[in-house]
Amino acid sequence: MQKTYDIAVIGGGLVGMAIAYGLAKRGQRVVVCDGEDNSLRAARGNFGLVWVQGKGGTCTDYARWSLHSANTWQGMADELFARTGVDVGFQRPGGFNIAQTAEELAVKVQSMRQLKEAEPALVYEVLDHDALAERLPAIGPDVFGAIYSPNDGHVSPLYTLRALFAAFEQVGGEYAPNQRVTDIRQLGSGAFRVSMGDTSFEAGRVVLAAGLGNRDLAPMVGLSAPVKPLRGQIVVTERVKPFLDYPTIYVRQTVEGSVMLGDSAEDVGFNDGVTPDVLADIARRGIAPFPILKNVRVVRAWGALRVMTGDGLPIYEASESCPGAFLATCHSGVTLAAAHCETIAPWILGAERPALLDHFYAKRFAA
Amino acid sequence: MPNVSLLKSLARKDSATVRMFIDDMPVDVPTDMNVAAALLFCGVTACRTTPVTGSERAPFCMMGVCFDCLVEIDGVPNRQGCMTPVREGMRVRRMDGARSVA
Repeated sequence: MQKTYDIAVIGGGLVGMAIAYGLAKRGQRVVVCDGEDNSLRAARGNFGLVWVQGKGGTCTDYARWSLHSANTWQGMADELFARTGVDVGFQRPGGFNIAQTAEELAVKVQSMRQLKEAEPALVYEVLDHDALAERLPAIGPDVFGAIYSPNDGHVSPLYTLRALFAAFEQVGGEYAPNQRVTDIRQLGSGAFRVSMGDTSFEAGRVVLAAGLGNRDLAPMVGLSAPVKPLRGQIVVTERVKPFLDYPTIYVRQTVEGSVMLGDSAEDVGFNDGVTPDVLADIARRGIAPFPILKNVRVVRAWGALRVMTGDGLPIYEASESCPGAFLATCHSGVTLAAAHCETIAPWILGAERPALLDHFYAKRFAA
Repeated sequence: MPNVSLLKSLARKDSATVRMFIDDMPVDVPTDMNVAAALLFCGVTACRTTPVTGSERAPFCMMGVCFDCLVEIDGVPNRQGCMTPVREGMRVRRMDGARSVA
């Protein structure tokens, strides 16, 4: 007999799994269709920041949405640990955006001031070199200052993904790997037939969370996902004794001691490789604020493709022509994971769409 | 469980050795060994402790993959012993947890 589900989530990355877990724990029969191992996977290549400061310069609601998720994160981390025993390592000591020069700091301060005027919860402090050195003793002598915001944190993205999988299966979710979805169509009954080549199943609703794959899937259910790849490269060092108690935008130390250095932004199509010039630049930008890193050995480097819209903001959309089909796509799958689990999942189940998401319709790209 | 090394050195035509130091103790080992092999040859059953749990580790894969043979070599921490040939006068030290950057 052919299987049927309440909901099919297409995409088993951080976006898909956060939503799928949120749906399954609310009593839905959910299947996640995931692609092949060699599919492009932003969820396995990212930096692990749960970041708020500086986001939403062009759209304050994006800052509020990020803050909402960051505020929800500890609860999700605790719940995942209680269910699965996996400690995702979420920490929220606040984060630093370091400025090498006075000019650089002035630009950041200007942006933060505007954001805080629009939303008082976006709090921050401006630190000069000495104040910064008190909190980050490893900071180099040439650094001018930094912005600190208690809203920021970091987490292990890989443990998060693993915990979401475990929790999802524990609440009865079904995972279908190596399933590249080739067709989705709505039947007369209102249900959707999801096909993977020769096999297919039915689901009452579908959620497209396939990252860059959404571009091709969305039109099948009357939606639009104008997303493009934007490559980021990351460098990881050997494990060293803890020297950095806070995440910064470009440098963070994991709980195991590795130092992660990033990030870059390159428009190179679907190429997720690494290049020596970008890696060298990342290393320079990590050593400038933290000179003690200059003798630390690099053990690995990789590239991954972000899922970017034209304005960098997410898309959350319910299909008008195919009711029951939803789209969720963003480039901040880590930061927004808690909001996807606790706010987007209920919306898909019929709760009112939060007004906070008004800016995130795809129609903003129609003009 | 016994953890005495089962490593037996093959008979060599040439019995040349180099003198190196493991935690300041002088040892003579065959010239064509790597550091991880030399550690096993000398009966070292733990060359480092892990940064996270502090459990002991010894050379395992011997081909550059497992990173369990990390040691300090001539003052440089976290070097892969199995990827480093022995050399006259070389000083190898046990790694205790993560290296310090300071």
